[in-house]
Amino acid sequence: MEGKSAAPAKASSRTRSERKLAWMLCAPAVLAMLLVTAYPIAYAVVLSLQDVDLRFPDEGGFVGLSNYTAVLSSDLWWTDLFNTVFIMVTSVAIELVLGMAIALVMHRAIFGRGVVRTSVLIPYGIITVVAAFAWQFAFSPETGFVNNLPLISDEMDWFGGRFSSFAVIILAEVWKTTPFMALLLLAGLVTIDGQLYEAARVDGATAWQRFTRITLPLMKPAILVALLFRTLDAFRVFDTIFIMTRGALDTESVSILGYNQLISRLNLGLGSAVSVLIFLCVFLIAFIFVRGFGTKLEEGRPGG
Amino acid sequence: MEHRTSRDYALWTIAIALVVIFALIPVLWLISISLKPPEALTDQRFIPSDISFDNYKSLFEGGIDDSPFIKPLINSIGIALITTAISIVLASFCAYAIARLEFPGKRLILAGALAIAMFPPISTVGPLFDMWRALGLYDTWLGLIIPYLTFSLPLAIYVLVAFFREIPWELEQAAQVDGATPFQAFTKVIVPLAAPGVFTAAILVFIFCWNDFLFAISLTSSDASRTVPAALAFFTGESSFTAPTGSIAAAAVVVTVPIIVFVLIFQRRIVAGLTAGAVKG
Repeated sequence: MEGKSAAPAKASSRTRSERKLAWMLCAPAVLAMLLVTAYPIAYAVVLSLQDVDLRFPDEGGFVGLSNYTAVLSSDLWWTDLFNTVFIMVTSVAIELVLGMAIALVMHRAIFGRGVVRTSVLIPYGIITVVAAFAWQFAFSPETGFVNNLPLISDEMDWFGGRFSSFAVIILAEVWKTTPFMALLLLAGLVTIDGQLYEAARVDGATAWQRFTRITLPLMKPAILVALLFRTLDAFRVFDTIFIMTRGALDTESVSILGYNQLISRLNLGLGSAVSVLIFLCVFLIAFIFVRGFGTKLEEGRPGG
Repeated sequence: MEHRTSRDYALWTIAIALVVIFALIPVLWLISISLKPPEALTDQRFIPSDISFDNYKSLFEGGIDDSPFIKPLINSIGIALITTAISIVLASFCAYAIARLEFPGKRLILAGALAIAMFPPISTVGPLFDMWRALGLYDTWLGLIIPYLTFSLPLAIYVLVAFFREIPWELEQAAQVDGATPFQAFTKVIVPLAAPGVFTAAILVFIFCWNDFLFAISLTSSDASRTVPAALAFFTGESSFTAPTGSIAAAAVVVTVPIIVFVLIFQRRIVAGLTAGAVKG
């Protein structure tokens, strides 16, 4: 029972020691996070303004924005950006619908809720590369069982064309990440007051009306948070494409382009320009989400 | 209107069955293909007609020096465990401060962690590749542990903050009234209460490291530090004429089944952690 009469000096010294402790506790984690993000991104900006090609170490020097103009004037960048955005939009849209369906099944299940939760966690536990191999083997014309299914031609060469490759890539991405989407949506779904549904039912609303008039509007914040996370994640798509096509037949994503320039061709200047542009794209997507739906995103954090 | 008819049960059964089948197909397919003998690999059957364990044997043939799989497996487990341990210790300190103490900069740290969670890893690959070669960290365990630490910390911090906020604050004060220092109050009172949350965060961080592919192929060049996902991408067949499909499938099953069993055992915690880490803050 420290009375309110305790000297202000004492209180402030306690606040000060609390602050000091807090900073000491946070410092290692903050340093570890900055070490591999802030410094490298700054270094990437420096590299991107230079002609650094590890195959020709003697050449080099400051070249201004010419790496950026080289990237931005190449068809490859725009093709890859289109591919990335195409895969991102398509897979996130499918995941949203599918994730919502699974969340509703989990939420409203008469029975079997545990079975559904158990099975949706399986994709989460599987390495993305492993899932990519599994779907690649399944769709391969030689080893796969998919072409043996009814309605699908035995001759279908899934990885022989650009958009049929995208179909398999998107399927693998959707399979791997829908559980995450479903769990986030379920977390939003359980916060809705069940009495609203009872009232709507009494008033004669159909199941579809209850979904579009109650569930969707009340879940908007949760949906937006899930969309933001998954959109940014999908923009980084790399593993699945690398395993399935290695970017052949114009199926590259921007991350694959960056990897090819940096690691395969050792052109750190051009590769860093690609890296910085990807960073700016991610920043732009996040900015649009936060600007467009800022307050809604805040509401989407029940614990915050 | 809401009485449940047998039609309702039938519809639910179908819905549940669809979800289960969708989730399980790739896993069952990998198991199937890993058990097929090479001559049956192209039979396009989902269920193998003959079963052979040769693909599994070939993974471990030649012992630690010649097996294409044992060293990557050791690397994967070692790197993921070390990263998890360091990440959880650092994140616990940080999350404790954020959940329990008042200090300026709290919101900035949370916002910064969120920004890093959304950061594109490819943007750091080039600089890290260059720096690690200069510092001798290229193709070493430490060279992977450092970026994994960075990118797993936001996840660990968010999960732990969410769990720490649920812990009864009064118990810590009671300990301090009884003469414990803030540090003792942390280690003797909060840590045992926080153990379930810490364990959940550890599982999520481990799975994050276990799953990484981009850093693993960019910052390694040999079995000295190459992890399983990277090794799988560079697998070669028994001879240059056989595709490594069977061995990849067998290796995939070996690294998948234990994790799935683990995930299923701790599924409640994982669900709580995934949603806490992403939604709360």
